[in-house]
Amino acid sequence: MQAFITLYSKELKRFLRIWTQTLLPPIINQTLYLTIFGSIIGSKIGEIAGVSYIQFILPGLLMMSVVMGTYSNVVSSFFGSKFQRSVEELLVAPVSNFTILQGYCLGGISRGIIAGVLVLLTSLVFSSFQIHSIALVLIYTFLSSYVFAQAGFLNGLFAKKFDDVSIFPTFILNPLIFFGGVFYDISTLPSHLKIISQLNPITYMIEGYRYSFLGIQGQQTTKTILVLALFAIGLTWINMHYLNKGKGLKS
Amino acid sequence: MSSIKIQNLRKEYSNKVQALKGIDLEIQEGDFHALLGSNGAGKTTTIGILTDLVKKTSGTVEIAGIDIEKNFNQAKKLIGVVPQEMNFNIFEKVEDIVIQQAGFYGLNKKQATEKTHEILKSLSLYDKKEQISRTLSGGMKRRLMIARSLVHDPKILILDEPTAGVDVKLRHEMYEFLTDLNKKGVTILLTTHYLEEAELLCDKISIIKEGEIIISGKKEKVLNDLSTQIYLFESQNFKPQSLKNYKLSKTENKNEFQVQINKNQSLNQFLKESLAENFTFESIKPKTNRLEQLYLELT
Repeated sequence: MQAFITLYSKELKRFLRIWTQTLLPPIINQTLYLTIFGSIIGSKIGEIAGVSYIQFILPGLLMMSVVMGTYSNVVSSFFGSKFQRSVEELLVAPVSNFTILQGYCLGGISRGIIAGVLVLLTSLVFSSFQIHSIALVLIYTFLSSYVFAQAGFLNGLFAKKFDDVSIFPTFILNPLIFFGGVFYDISTLPSHLKIISQLNPITYMIEGYRYSFLGIQGQQTTKTILVLALFAIGLTWINMHYLNKGKGLKS
Repeated sequence: MSSIKIQNLRKEYSNKVQALKGIDLEIQEGDFHALLGSNGAGKTTTIGILTDLVKKTSGTVEIAGIDIEKNFNQAKKLIGVVPQEMNFNIFEKVEDIVIQQAGFYGLNKKQATEKTHEILKSLSLYDKKEQISRTLSGGMKRRLMIARSLVHDPKILILDEPTAGVDVKLRHEMYEFLTDLNKKGVTILLTTHYLEEAELLCDKISIIKEGEIIISGKKEKVLNDLSTQIYLFESQNFKPQSLKNYKLSKTENKNEFQVQINKNQSLNQFLKESLAENFTFESIKPKTNRLEQLYLELT
């Protein structure tokens, strides 16, 4: 347990030490989205599902901050320690692979949540927000960030150079987020695009988040939680499998 | 009791390179053991397997009787390792690096901080504890890695070329530190390219060549069993070509020659054969046997 606490506090210290690189950018980015899409364009769009456009996109933007913050923290920290070989400090010590995995992941989740809270506070400048179910907000925040923490760790395990760290977020993650319904209502899509959207795990996260904030029902809550839980378990299993094999860490 | 017991250890990398070809090695509790070998001989692979950085292909490794296959985490608690290359986070403070390592070994924050301060003082790094590690000099970085390896009071310390790039003064301070540590009961396994280091510090030596241990035992025994005895003698009428069974050479000094007596020959026999040729000797003395010479001959 002490090893886990040590690794987690090391991760916390790391991203707090470089807060201008880790916590400031999401505030700037989401402020731009809220200004341009929310205030300027949103005022011309009017209401969606009974709420203003800026309120409609806010849950998606929060989710984006949480998952991107989580993902980039885990992948950059873990790959950085591989690159510098400081990960050997953990490998030579009596620390289980599960502790290593969850230590890095909880560090990333913490950054994601702090980024989300900061964005939420910043959004108050533009609009008020409501919370339909605080319990669901917490469940979705944790499950979504956990899934992305595990995905980031997997990316870090396989990455051999710094380019490999940015390929997945740029070419896969960003399109999935933007097509996950951050800026639009999935239910307004043609049926074939709706089916494709249902294959995108981020759709579940955003719609679930939107429901827990605004009460606008997208996917069924049980189904959403089940899908996220399956991704969480599946990715954890894959990471443990590769960690036990020493993938990218031991020759 | 064996601190480290390696039996028939093999390692074949994915590129089919056989780094270890079934080595056996036993290091007793309290030993100061040198593992010598040229680059690529298998030293770092051996250390990698002992410290869980390299996966073995086959064979068994026991640390203080604990099979690493069965309970590596228990075995790891007994080991401290100083790697060949710097492997700490260059953006972190000296103190944080050591405290964190203590935490990975289960020490709580208070215990870790106390132990870290103690070890930093003993390695003359306490004044640098707030410094970012990348700003340290090369020698200080080495000492930091030693501090980090000792923070959990290991029974076995494994050092992979720890004095590479360290200046002479610092190197000798490190020798004293390691000798004291060994006297306190810590078993030490050392690989080094500084052969005088092994000669000066270690009581047992193993030499590894192309993935095989070719000799292992007490330092004196290793030297006696396999080394060539070299003698220097002065003679005014000696003719090297007359004694073809011996490896003879002329030194830089006037009338001085060198003879190498291998383990199948004897000095007595050489003298008898020389006298039979009517050679006379003004003086004869043994040349100090240097481990380096033996090492170069074997590897």
